[in-house]
Amino acid sequence: MTQYVVLSAILFTIGCVGVLVRRNAIVVFMCVELMLNACNLAFVAFAHQHGNLDGQIAAFFVMVVAAAEVVIGLAIIMTIFRTRRSASVDDASLLKY
Amino acid sequence: MNLLSHTVLLAALPMAEGGHHAPVVAPDMGFGGVFDLLWLVIGLPLLGAVLLLGVTPFLPAPARAAVDKHGHLLGTATAVASFVLSLVLFLALLGRDADQRQVGQQLWTWFETGSITVGMDLLYDQLAALFLLLITGVGSLIHVYAIGYMAHDPRRRRFFGYLNLFVAAMLTLILSANFVGLFLGWEGVGLASYLLIGFWQHKPSAAAAAKKAFVINRVGDIGLSLAIALMFATFGTTDFGAVSELAGEAEQATLTTLGLLLLLGACGKSAQVPLQAWLLDAMEGPTPVSALIHAATMVTAGVYLVVRANFIFELAPIAQTAVVVVATVTLLWGAILGCAKDDIKKALAGSTMSQIGYMMLAAGLGPVGYPFAIFHLLTHGFFKANMFLGAGSVMHGMNDDVDMRHYGALNKAMPVTFLTFAMGYLAIIGFPGFSGFWSKDKIIESALSENLVVGVLAVLGAGITAFYMTRLMLLTFFTAKRWETGVHPHESPKVMTVPLVVLAALSVLGGVLLLGDWIVTWLEPVTGHAEHHEPPLPAIAITLIITAVVALGVAAAWFLVGKREVPREAPRDVSFATRAARADLYGDAINDAVVVRPAAGLVGGLALFDRVGVDGAVEGGSAAVGGLSNSMRRLQNGFVRSYALSLLGGALLVVLALLAVNLG
Amino acid sequence: MTFWLLAPVMVLAALGILFVRKAVHAALLLAVVMISLAFLYAVLDAPFLFAVQIIVYTGAILMLFLFVMMLIGVDASDSIVETIRGQRALAVLLGLAFGAVLVIGISQVTLGAVVGLDRANAGGNVPAIANILFSRYVFAFEATSALLITAALGAMVLAHRERLTPKASQADLAAKRIRDYAEHGVHPGPLPSPGVYARHNAVDTPALLPDGTAAESSVSRVLAARGTVRSAPAFADDIDDVRRQIGDPATMPETSGKADAPANTEEDVK
Repeated sequence: MTQYVVLSAILFTIGCVGVLVRRNAIVVFMCVELMLNACNLAFVAFAHQHGNLDGQIAAFFVMVVAAAEVVIGLAIIMTIFRTRRSASVDDASLLKY
Repeated sequence: MNLLSHTVLLAALPMAEGGHHAPVVAPDMGFGGVFDLLWLVIGLPLLGAVLLLGVTPFLPAPARAAVDKHGHLLGTATAVASFVLSLVLFLALLGRDADQRQVGQQLWTWFETGSITVGMDLLYDQLAALFLLLITGVGSLIHVYAIGYMAHDPRRRRFFGYLNLFVAAMLTLILSANFVGLFLGWEGVGLASYLLIGFWQHKPSAAAAAKKAFVINRVGDIGLSLAIALMFATFGTTDFGAVSELAGEAEQATLTTLGLLLLLGACGKSAQVPLQAWLLDAMEGPTPVSALIHAATMVTAGVYLVVRANFIFELAPIAQTAVVVVATVTLLWGAILGCAKDDIKKALAGSTMSQIGYMMLAAGLGPVGYPFAIFHLLTHGFFKANMFLGAGSVMHGMNDDVDMRHYGALNKAMPVTFLTFAMGYLAIIGFPGFSGFWSKDKIIESALSENLVVGVLAVLGAGITAFYMTRLMLLTFFTAKRWETGVHPHESPKVMTVPLVVLAALSVLGGVLLLGDWIVTWLEPVTGHAEHHEPPLPAIAITLIITAVVALGVAAAWFLVGKREVPREAPRDVSFATRAARADLYGDAINDAVVVRPAAGLVGGLALFDRVGVDGAVEGGSAAVGGLSNSMRRLQNGFVRSYALSLLGGALLVVLALLAVNLG
Repeated sequence: MTFWLLAPVMVLAALGILFVRKAVHAALLLAVVMISLAFLYAVLDAPFLFAVQIIVYTGAILMLFLFVMMLIGVDASDSIVETIRGQRALAVLLGLAFGAVLVIGISQVTLGAVVGLDRANAGGNVPAIANILFSRYVFAFEATSALLITAALGAMVLAHRERLTPKASQADLAAKRIRDYAEHGVHPGPLPSPGVYARHNAVDTPALLPDGTAAESSVSRVLAARGTVRSAPAFADDIDDVRRQIGDPATMPETSGKADAPANTEEDVK
């Protein structure tokens, strides 16, 4: 069962790095989804390990929240793109010193 | 009379040898009869003050105008009524046995905190009786006088309100049965004095003089309030009765401190060196004020304090010595000032300072001197009030000019003023038979028998007094006319001259109090029995010497002033002594150098420290934080990926910590 | 077995997301990861999540990503130059450290014997999940419904574009057209149609003006820009070619252009 968790950790880390290095807001968003999925994998793996379904329920809720988050996030990206003609996260840097 | 049972061995000082037994103050309560009206003596003038000052401003305009027009009559009426009541009380007291002449009245408990209870209690004894008569009597005369003197002042109603306030406060001071109540009256007269000195507040000099008097009086008041605090700490009470009973059990150092603190208070109120500088400036007030407050009554409160606190001073010989030293210096200081001043009121003020010096000297001599201090206080109250009012009358006729160099030959123009003034003059120089002769003579005699040096200086002071008073007399009423153009001296109206006549009569006849040593016997229950010291010379010889010295002073004045041409402008090329005396013996300069400038320097230094040190630290600190923040805020670069990076760093640290805990 | 087949694919696809330059490619790689994940769910006795992963995640969410990508420009690709100094190096460094620490940490843990879900899934996975979801987690479930409604509303609010001016009516448009004609001389009517010859479905052929020249405004500007507009003389050559091809002896070749085009007379005879 450890291998599933290790895979989950690796995917999570890759998602992290993706968030840090990619500048296209949509790709950054996808990397966040990747991290969420990695977590889901861990949940499901642990559910299998411990023999109860709570982990699966947790994964299910994560999916629901992710769906809501994606809807809002993409709407925000749309709005920003509409006004700034750019989908780069680095261009939205007005809130600073 | 209840005497303290034990004797306190006093330090062998030349002035106060041997331990006197100060009498315990033990008033009888609840006599009933006329003594129940004791509070009314204070209440009447207080009512007048409240009506004139507190109520009138809230009246509708027509009523206010009516009070403005007739209010002075109300003020005078309360003072006269108070005098009548005092007289009745005095007669009632006179009718009692000698050992039953201390009457107490408890009005209400003023405040109660912890173990300390202070009552609003009154004490009416032989000492207070005399003071009551002086204050209300002279006060009433001066009220009457002021009706004429202030006739044309638009703020007359307020003036009489202030006068009533003063009388009420002064009576509180005298009648209170504890030091806290005395302090209430003490501050009350200080306030009234401040208000009245600055009554003509449109004059910057008057406003400044009022402020100066107030500030210097505060210095003295610190002494009195500290003394009260020390009394609370030592005895747990400030009642005269309790303190006089317990004083003998207190430590010597405490008693000495108490005495010195009380002396400091007395110095402030009675314009004794070193707190003398305010009195001459206080002459900026209207002349009735100068007569009532700064000659007859308030400035003698210091003498009253020392006499009243005799149960402390008797046990504190060092403090008593200090009283004598201060008094001797002051009586000479004031006399010298009186010689040099051309302002008639300032010359009289110097004289007042000097005469109070005599009273303090007597008060410092112990039971021998107390009755004579009070005696001189009374006679001085008469003749000095008389002369101040006379001076006011002269000013009234000279268009408010106070410079004696502009007077001269007024004896014909103002006969009544001249005659009454002459009575006062003869009394103050100690012309045989006049009141001042008896009182001053007794003081000098006591001083000579206690300490030769002090006695001789007091005799010298009498000579100087004769000199400057003769000079004043000559410059004002004799010598050639030096009037300003357009000035037509005229006699003052009846309402002003009648009080002058009454006071002149009292100046002449004040000596009757000494008939058969009446005043000494009368005051003995309060001041204690005096052990009589033999004077170095027979009493008659002393009297002759004093009279000779006085005659010398008069003759010197006659030759130096009366025989010469008096310049209308004060000569410039004068000796150092004259210049010093004209400058108040550099009293202000000394204050300036000793207190004002060091204090200003200290404050300046503190301000500089505050600006440079404190502000520097605060502002430097904030600037450092600000600068640091300024560089730190560069981290806040607006790139969300940078923030995510630090987030990842934080997560890494958390995971590392978890691992370290779990695996370590 | 399935795991060892899928795991390398997933890791490679995930790494691909980091390196591909086009967002569409990243989305497709993410789809690979997600579908593989769905299979892993199936292996781990979670058939319900298997279905949801494919239908909701891959089918709905990822498609939403693609929609947005289409809306904001599918060609947009990241530049390789990093704008924040040191960001990339630090990110890689920290990421490696983080991954290493996680993997080391996990490998230190012994999980014990696998219980398996045979017992929990005895009555079927979906009924079992429903049992828990609608009993123990019913309030969380209701909360998620509120969350989803809020999210839908939020998306509507964010995507809504406020109309700032009143909508122009037909009368306004007509007035504007006439005004433009008066002020700038803009032709008020419709543009001329392209010329159509009988044998051509020819939007690329301009109409001819009475003097025989081509009317440029009758063809799309795009075609003009591409240079694919054809001219009438060229067609004339074509006519000969065609005639030759069909072997028809031309009787009147000069006028054939006009005679052979009766179908679109209303445009040609303008």
